[in-house]
Parts: sequence; structure tokens; C-alpha cells
Amino acid sequence: MSASSSAETQSIRHKRWVKSTHFIITISFLVLTVSGFEILMVHPRLYWGKAGNDLTPALFELPVSRNYHHGGWEKSMPFKNLNGSQVTAARTYDIFNENGWGRSTHFLAAWFLIATGLLYLIAGFFSGHFRSNLAPGRGEYSFKALWSDFVSHFHKPADYPGKYGLLQKVTYLWVIFFLFPVVILTGFTMSPAITASYPFLLKIFFGHQSARTIHFFAAVLLVLFLLVHVVMVIRLGFKRNIRAITFGKSS
Amino acid sequence: MTRRRAIFAGLTSAGALLLSSCVKKAPPTYGSILRMGDDLTYMAQRGLLSQRALAMEYQKSEITSFPVTDIGDPADPASKNAYSKEYEELQRNNFKDWTLTVDGCVSKPGKYTMGELKMLGERTQITRHTCEEGWSAIAEWTGVPLSAVLKDAGILPVARYVSIYGFDKYAESFDMLDAFHPQTILAHTMNGETIPHRNGAPLRLRVETQIGYKNVKYLQRIVVTDKFEDPNQDIKGGWSWYTGI
Repeated sequence: MSASSSAETQSIRHKRWVKSTHFIITISFLVLTVSGFEILMVHPRLYWGKAGNDLTPALFELPVSRNYHHGGWEKSMPFKNLNGSQVTAARTYDIFNENGWGRSTHFLAAWFLIATGLLYLIAGFFSGHFRSNLAPGRGEYSFKALWSDFVSHFHKPADYPGKYGLLQKVTYLWVIFFLFPVVILTGFTMSPAITASYPFLLKIFFGHQSARTIHFFAAVLLVLFLLVHVVMVIRLGFKRNIRAITFGKSS
Repeated sequence: MTRRRAIFAGLTSAGALLLSSCVKKAPPTYGSILRMGDDLTYMAQRGLLSQRALAMEYQKSEITSFPVTDIGDPADPASKNAYSKEYEELQRNNFKDWTLTVDGCVSKPGKYTMGELKMLGERTQITRHTCEEGWSAIAEWTGVPLSAVLKDAGILPVARYVSIYGFDKYAESFDMLDAFHPQTILAHTMNGETIPHRNGAPLRLRVETQIGYKNVKYLQRIVVTDKFEDPNQDIKGGWSWYTGI
């Protein structure tokens, strides 16, 4: 890589708090992804509605562990006083379950994500970071401009831009102000104690299992974002970008 | 390197926040950072949430099927550790001789028959059971509020935790906030019928503000303690003792 000194001066200079929060959020997000995947492996069935389990129909089931489509149920017994088809049955299959560390790791990383995320939001608002670096400028945003910026991403970048592009700004804003809040709030919605105090969460996400399914899809979108983000970082000069977001010169 | 220092300062202050939760009242962590996180969640939920708020209650039409995923049938010798000869005999006699022992920090330790328990009070609730595995199930439960049993036994002011033991040798403990929560009941009826055997007959615990594995089945004994106990060794076994999340 020929990072000449002129290219170095073109690098985005991030503020120190942007770098430190980016670092902690990155680590937290990776830990949340790994532990979240482990938790999904324990029950790889997703549902829509207020409740769902192995004895109720699923939206879909993912082949990610030996628990996928496992049999191993004793004969099911109907509840006598209910006129529907509700049953109970005992599980005989020895499922994969590493949720002891999986859940606690997930929540520990979530503490770091939420605490750092709040710091980032406060600093972002008060320093003008969101306004000057992330909000599209006056007249900058149009669907046409967004589309042409999207298309241009499939060509070889002519030069290191030195500031955020339109698509980049819009994507970051969606990630920060939509995907992360949704993934955090749907996480809260799976907690029996939090939803006892804040039952509106169960209403806005259509129930416990719907919240779990939305949590899954929001997490998938965040991982997709991460992949594209890393690809763009590599295409525009891996060393330079990594230096800029870690120990490079600060603005 | 000020940036590095900033990062380290951030990490150490977050660590200090975690450590500060390890005051006397918190469950032991045995030095595990995961258990420190569990304690932080416990303290935060106790500090930030309303402790009397009721978990959502549902309509009869929303009742779902209900899987049984415990550690084994205590009436079946094949289930090894979970098997109890005493329970098998009680079940053969349709639980006529079954009693619930209540002792520890109470002024009137003793045994309650099912009839005596039912005299203490009754609550019916249609609630959601939320399993740590990820699934959930809705059922209607009728039972005796745990608070009524503890009051009847004369719970002493030194009481801090309540341990609940099942015949399958499973057990869990609770702080006074969850023990006295209005929806914490000892259920004898499920969906309008005597609790089916594998759903925890003849009596099982319902704690609606915590995750499924705290809901002990096949109840045998309640012990009120003045200090923290972890009768199932959740913490040493690598699991969270408090599961409000």
C-alpha cells in the first residue's frame, strides 16, 4: 500500500470520543453476535405473536444446531377444559444448550453497548457530530442522488473521499437511530421483569415472540451492515481507515 | 497516548461500576465476570423497575400448548437424579398424603396439607411462561399466593431469601420482592384442571417476573433464610441466579 503523506492528510480525522466509543461498540457488537447466535442455536425456531414453542406452529426454523427439527417428545396430552387443540407434552430429547454463559455474556455485552451507545448519542448531539458529519446537507438528499451514489459503489472508487458520502450518511443514520434502538428495545421486550414495568413494549412489538423475531431480523441487518462496512473499509484502504478510527491523528 | 488512556479509563470505570454492584447484598460472583454482569442486571432491575408491577395477563383465548422440559419425572426410576421414591408413592396415592413443609426463619414451622393451603387464599392468572431457551407458553394458573403461606407461617423480620425445593431435587431461591410479588403463587390448578403430573403436580411455583427455570415443580419444601442461599447451585453451575431478563 502506498499511503503517501498526501493521502494521509486526506484521511478522515475522527474525534477521540468517536474512536473510543466506536472501539467499545465494535467489541460489544461482536460479542453480542456470537452469544446471540449461541442463544438462537438453543431454540432455532421463530414465531409471530404473543407466545410460541415446539408444540405450536413456527414461522420458520433454522438448521443451526442439533435442536433443529428434533423429535423426542412424549405423547401429547390435551388440556381437558380448553376447547381448542392446546396440549402438553414432555421433551425426551437432550437438546444443545449453552445458555448459561450465552445469556450472561449477551447481557454483559449489552450493558457495555447501551452505556457506550448513550455516551455516543449525548456526545454526538452536543458536539454537532450528527448535524455536521452525518445529516445530509441542504439539497444533498434526493432519491436520485442516493441511487447514483448507490450505483457508484459498484465501480472502483476514483479517490479517497475524505468525507462521508450520501449513501454512507443515510446508512449510518439508519443504523444509529433505527436498527440499534429496535434491536435494544426488542431485547428488553423479551425480559419478564422489564415488560412487567413497561407493558407497552409487548404492544408495540406485537408480543414476546414477535419481538424475538424482530430482534433476529434487526440483528441480521446489523451483521449485513457490518459486512458491507468492512468491505468498504478494505476497498478504500484498510490500513488508512483502521488507523483513522483507532490510533491515527484525531481532529 | 491519551486515546489509549481514554479507552482504558472507560473500561476501568465500567469495571468499577460492575464491582460496586458486588456489595454485601448481591449474590456471590466467585470472581466470574459473567456473574458480575448478572449482579449488575439484578441491581439495575431492582433499582429502576417498579417492583409491584404485574406481568402481563392474557385472555383465555390466548392460551397455548405447553411443553414440559424439566430435569426428569420424579415418579420414574429411570430419571435417575430426579427420581424420588417418596414422590412415586405419594403420586400412586393421588397425593392424598402429600404435605408442604415450611421452615427456616418462621415462627411456626410445620407442614401444610393441600386443604390447609387452599384455605390461605387463591389467585387465578393467565400468564406467559418465558423459557431461557427462547420459547414461551401461555396458561391459566390457580394457586395460593406464596405471600399468604409465608405470612401464615409467621415469617420473621430477619428473613431475606426464600428457597423452594421440589421432589425432583430441583430448587431455586428468591429475594423477598419476588417472594411477595402478588403473582408469585403456588399453583395447584392449570387451565382449570388439577395440574397435570408432568407440569408439576401436585403443587408448583409460578414466578411471573422471572425466566422459566425459576419455576420449581413438584413442591416439597419451603425454607426461609436470613442469608443468601443458592440451593440449586445455579451460580457455581454457570447460570444466572436472578433471571428478570
